[in-house]
This record gives sequence, structure tokens and C-alpha cells, in this order.
Amino acid sequence: MTRKQRRLVLIGAGLGVLAVAVALMLNAFRGSIAFFNSPSDIAEKHLGPGTRIRLGGLVEDGSIVRGADLRLSFKVTDGKSEIPVTYQGLLPDLFREGQGIVAEGSLDNGGTFNADTILAKHDEKYMPKEVADALKKSGHWQEDRGQRATIPTAGANK
Amino acid sequence: MIPEIGQYALMLALGLALIQGTMPIIGARNNDPVLMSIAAPAALAQFIFVAIAFLALAECYVVSDFSVLNVFENSNSQMPLIYRLTSLWGNHEGSMILWVSILAFFGALVAVFGNNLPVTLKANALGVQAWIAAAFDLFILTTSNPFLRIPDAPFEGRDLNPILQDPGLAFHPPMLYLGYVGFSIAFSFAIAALLEGRIDAAWARWVRPWVLGAWMCLTLGIAGGSYWAYYELGWGGFWFWDPVENASLMPWLAGTALLHSAVVMEKRNALKVWTILLAIIAFSLSLIGTFLVRSGVLTSVHAFAVDPRRGIFILAILAVFIGGALSLYAWRAPLLKQGGLFAPVSREGALVFNNLFLTSACATVLVGTLYPLALEALTGEKISVGPPFFNATFGPLFIPLMLAMPFGPLLGWKRGDIVAAAQRLLAAAGLAAIAVAAAFAIEQGGPVLAPFGAGIAVFVMAGAVTDIVERTMILRLPLRAAVRRAIGLPRSVWGTAFGHFGIGATLLGIVAVTAWGSERIAELKPGDSIEVSHYRLTFDGVFNRPGPNYRDMVGHFTVRRMSGEVLGVMEPSRRTFPARNMATTEAALMTRRVSQLYLSLGDPNPNGSVAVRLYFKPHVLMIWLGAIIMFLGGALSLSDRRLRVGAPRPAKKAKAALQPAE
Repeated sequence: MTRKQRRLVLIGAGLGVLAVAVALMLNAFRGSIAFFNSPSDIAEKHLGPGTRIRLGGLVEDGSIVRGADLRLSFKVTDGKSEIPVTYQGLLPDLFREGQGIVAEGSLDNGGTFNADTILAKHDEKYMPKEVADALKKSGHWQEDRGQRATIPTAGANK
Repeated sequence: MIPEIGQYALMLALGLALIQGTMPIIGARNNDPVLMSIAAPAALAQFIFVAIAFLALAECYVVSDFSVLNVFENSNSQMPLIYRLTSLWGNHEGSMILWVSILAFFGALVAVFGNNLPVTLKANALGVQAWIAAAFDLFILTTSNPFLRIPDAPFEGRDLNPILQDPGLAFHPPMLYLGYVGFSIAFSFAIAALLEGRIDAAWARWVRPWVLGAWMCLTLGIAGGSYWAYYELGWGGFWFWDPVENASLMPWLAGTALLHSAVVMEKRNALKVWTILLAIIAFSLSLIGTFLVRSGVLTSVHAFAVDPRRGIFILAILAVFIGGALSLYAWRAPLLKQGGLFAPVSREGALVFNNLFLTSACATVLVGTLYPLALEALTGEKISVGPPFFNATFGPLFIPLMLAMPFGPLLGWKRGDIVAAAQRLLAAAGLAAIAVAAAFAIEQGGPVLAPFGAGIAVFVMAGAVTDIVERTMILRLPLRAAVRRAIGLPRSVWGTAFGHFGIGATLLGIVAVTAWGSERIAELKPGDSIEVSHYRLTFDGVFNRPGPNYRDMVGHFTVRRMSGEVLGVMEPSRRTFPARNMATTEAALMTRRVSQLYLSLGDPNPNGSVAVRLYFKPHVLMIWLGAIIMFLGGALSLSDRRLRVGAPRPAKKAKAALQPAE
């Protein structure tokens, strides 16, 4: 092999692998990305059932209903709209009414959100950034909102 | 008094860094030995002052000086000493102090051990190192000063975030930072080489030990973080493709590529320009990692404080160092003399293959991590790029890498014989086939591809062993002769074998846990049982147990085999920390060889039952054992390097150099 051919092999291999990587990424971007939505977004966009999305907002006060086998339903609100959510499984440590959460899953035909993952973070100030932004957008943001969740319980525990 | 000393020490360190960053470089340009000789003592002095700042802050934490804002916010006098100390890096300001301390430490090491470096290279490299130090010192002093006082000292501190109160945290951040910052040495040497416009194989020999050391620490740091997440976060995952994890994985991938390309450069004087680029990329990714983690653009356990000034400052550091380095590279790299080329099928070719796939995999991780940020900045649309994306991109790129890995060490330099290598790997391939068949037979369920994943892992491990078997000729020579050959093998050969074996072990663990792990979620009343795999757990009840700065609600479970034989008890708990009014889940683990039972508690219900989550994690410990084996491989290789690092080799060692290149 000449010097030139060897260099060509090297460059060709590099471009080849890069092309494969790009193809893989484009393919993955089509299928495996979840868009974040607030309850109002869902109401506005008329999202079809089955599309995988992330839903973020506050757990509405008094909406949690516990069923058998760790089944659970509650409502997520951003102050404007609300979406009923169902979930089965263990909840994160900080899941409670008034807490900001992010749920991942999809809508069913009746407009209920079936979550398979619920995220709420291990921090007393925690408000998922997306949720905070969504609340600001809907005009229901309170500066101390993130803190709020813990203050009453701090009193209750002592 | 102590915090003020710390602050002044840091200011002095900044001053010294500025001197160290200018004088030696001017000296190197003008060939002025006096100016160049400033570099080493300045680096040492800078380290001493940064160390004083670090120790001052540590002292504040140890004695719980709550007049210092940083201590007040992150520590509590009730915490055990070890956690008071580790709180230092459990927050933004303190962790930045750790960052610059390690940076200065590496600079001092170069100053002390770099006696055999060419004077100009050493001066330039230490100079560049000092720019980085100066930038971060300034960052700390202007936006993240940990020594700030509060006028009325409170009696008690706010406590460290409870999930960070864990032995894992004592060593995960320092190891990770040793890795991140360790790449700064390679970066400084790369910039120094570009400034000089000259580079040769010796450059790789000087840089490789630093890269190797950094890579070892990063490997352990990532593994430690992964194990911490596994047992502390209570849902048993070892890797979440969280942006913060990606931030540590990207430098690791680039560093691994650098490690391999530096071998080619050292042995064959080829791939020089590429190696320089990788050195720049590896540290740039470390900086991007720091930016992602510290700027608050991501919400995670690591984003301690959101202060836009900090994000902008780090972004500026990023722009200056990465942009500057890449511009310098674009300008100067064409001046560097190109190295030799080689046949595609050769050791060099195999290492290029490794580099192509590692860097592509790294690029997919980078895109997956930054794309959501870019999209939100541009369109306001928020998306999450989670595990499905990375599994669909990173996975396919890693498979060819794994399949090719055993071939590399068996190929000769310059021109390799792939058929001969394949013949020698027949046994390994046979073992892999047996593993695939066994996995199909034993494990019902799980993805169809999983047994093949296990097969690849076995192939990688057996391939690493094959290399050693071939070199020692243990199957052909009498045992004593083979042992003698084994002892005579260069340590770096052992290092390669260990490193490759380790990644195989990790892969096996990942495949087994993901494909064949099982999970049970149930609500149990005292006396109820739950079964997973071959084990039955009986819930005996709940009791309370006080801790130093928390209360535990402990669930008591008896673990039995299906036959009824008692294996032991598991006591998962929910831990409440009054200082922050936070609860954490403390999972209970029971290790059975390399597999584990994993049990965590949910909220107790008013009727006396508790929700539990029980996992059987087959071969899960292999994931982290693999990382430890990789670390050992690095250590073996490093011990080999130390013998040979040194410019003019004494005559009697010349013979050793003539040994067949490994």
C-alpha cells in the first residue's frame, strides 16, 4: 500500500465511523426523546395519546388518592390547567401535596396521564427547573414556593 | 483569624500563579534561563499557599466555625468528624477550593519530578498550568469565596445535604477531581508543545504517566459515584445517563482514547497531531463537566447553588481556554512534523480503531448532553434526553470496540497478521460461545440480545487472558519457565491485560443486571413474605433507632433460601434529618458472591404496613470490581513507566530498551 492509500484508509475509516455515529444519533433523536409539557401545554397542544412526554407541575392539594398495590392517582396543576395522573410503584422521598414534580409517561385516550417514572428531588428547596419556569409562565409562581413545601411539615414534625 | 489567613493565602496563590504564568513563558521565548527557572519554585510556592487556604477551610469545618457562611450553610456540629471534613467539598465553594488545590498539587509534582524535561517545555507547561490556576483562583475569590463571614455567628449550622452524608462522598469527589484536573497536565504539555512548535515521541513518554494517573483516578471516581448512587438513592440504578454523570464519562472516554494514542506516539512517533488534539479535548471536556455541574444550568444533586455570575464566569473560562487552545492548535498544528504512517492492520491500526470509536462514542454523549440545553436556549422547548437515546447511540458504538479489543494486543506493530490473531483468539471465542449458550439455557426471559452481550464480555475477558497466555507460553513451556517469562514481561503488558479484563468484567455486570435483574414492589404487613429469585424475605416489623444527627425508622427482614435456611437479616431504613427536615432512604444490601439483594423502604402507611422495593441484582458487583481491576491495570502500567521515564537512559539500561516492544 502506498502512503497515499494508507492515509485514505485512515481518513475513510474516520469518516465512516463518524457517519455511523451521526446516523445513530439522528435515529435516536427521532424515537427516544421526551418533550417537557406543563398541564396548560397539554391542554393547548391537544397531544395525542401514546406520545411519550414529561409532565411537570405541582401536586394539587387534596388530590392524592391511594389505591391497592401501591396504585396512586393525583392531579398535577400549574394553576391554569390540571391533568389527572396515575402511577403504580414507590414514590420519591419528597413526594407530597404542593410539591413540584416531573412525571414521565404518556396520555391515554381519556386524557389521563399514565406515569411510569416520577421525579422529585432530595432537596428541601427543590423545585424542578422546568416546573419553576412553567409556573412563572402561567403566572402562578411565588418566590417562596420552593420553600413552602417544607415549612409546615417542619412544624408538624417537632 | 483562620478564614482570613485562608483568604490571604488564596490571594497570594493567585499572585504567584500570575507570575508563574508569565515570566517562564517569556523566558522560554527569549531563551532566558533565569526567567524560566522561576517556574518550578513558583509552582511549589503556589501549591503551599493553596494548601494553606485548603487547610484553613478544613480547620473551620473541623472546629465548626459557624461564623463562616460556607461552614454554617453546609455543616453541623452534630455530624461525625469525617462528614464535617467531607462537607468541605459537599458544596460549591469548598469543592472549587479542592479543585484548585489538586491543580496546584499537580503543578508542584511537575515542578519536583520534571527535572529531566527540556527546560523550555517545563517552563511553558508550568506557565500554562498557572493560567488555569489563576483563572480558577480568581473565580473563587470573586464569585465563590468560601471564607466569607457572617456578622452574628449562629450557634448551629444548617447541616450537610443528608444524601451527601455518606462514606462514598468522602472519596468520590476527590478521586473525580484528581482525574479531571490530572488531564490539565496533558493539556498544559500540549499547549507548551504548540507554543514551541516542536513535538516528538519523548513528549508522549513524559505525558503518558500523568494521563494514566488521571485516568486511574477518574475510573475509580466514576465507579465510586456510580456505587454511591446505587446504594444511596434507593432505586438501585448504577448509571442514569444523567448529564452530570455524562460530564464525568466524557473526559474518561477522551482520556482513554488519549492513553491509547499516546502509546502509538511514543512507540511509533505517529498520530502526534491527533494526540495533541486529544489532550486538549480531554481537559476541555473536564472543564465542560465543571461548567455543567457548577453553573446551575442543570438541576441535580451536584448543582449546589445557582448564581448566574458563576455560570458566566465559568463560561468565560471555558471560552478562553478551549477556544484559545483550539485556535492555537489550528494555527500551530500544521507546523508540527507529521509522523509516520502504517498499515491499517497493525497494532497502530487497532489503536486508531479504538480512538475512532471512543471519540465517536464520546461525541454522541456530548451531543446528547448539550442538545437539550442548546434547544432550550434557542427555541425554549424543553426536552429530556434520557437512557433510550444513549442506549441507542452509545451501545452500538461500543460493541465493535469491545469485539476488536482482544485483537489489538495480539497484532504486531507496523504490520499485523489478523488471521494469526484470530487463530489465537479461538479459545476465547469458544468460551464466549459457551457463555452465550449457558446464558440462553439458564436465564429465562430478558432481552434476546443479552446473552450475546454476556458473550462479548466473556470474549473481552478471555481475550485479555489470551494475551498473557501467549506471551508467557504457559501452555507450551514448563511451568517454571513460563513463570519466569511472566515475571519478565513488561509491566505495561500486564497493565493492558488488567485494563481490558476490567472493562470486560464491568460489561458483564452491566449486561447481567440490566437483563436478568428482578424487581418486586409490595406492601407488607409484619409477618408477610416477599420472594425474589431464590430468596424469601419475611418482614418482622419496624423499630426506631437514633443516630448522631438523624433518626432511623428501621424495617427488620429475615432472609431465607427457598428451602427455609436462614441467611441473615436485612435492615433498610428511612432516615430523617431534623436539621434540614429531610428524609433519605437507606437501602439494605446483602451480598451473595458478586450478586446482591437490594431492599429499600417506602413510606409507612397508617395501617402499619410498609411499601418495600426489593431487587435481585445478579453480578452487580462486577461493575465496580471491573473498575478496580482497570485501576490496578493502570497502576501496573504506571509502575512500569516510572522505571523508563527519564531523558538520557544510562548505558546499562540500553539492553532493556532493545527488548521486543510490547
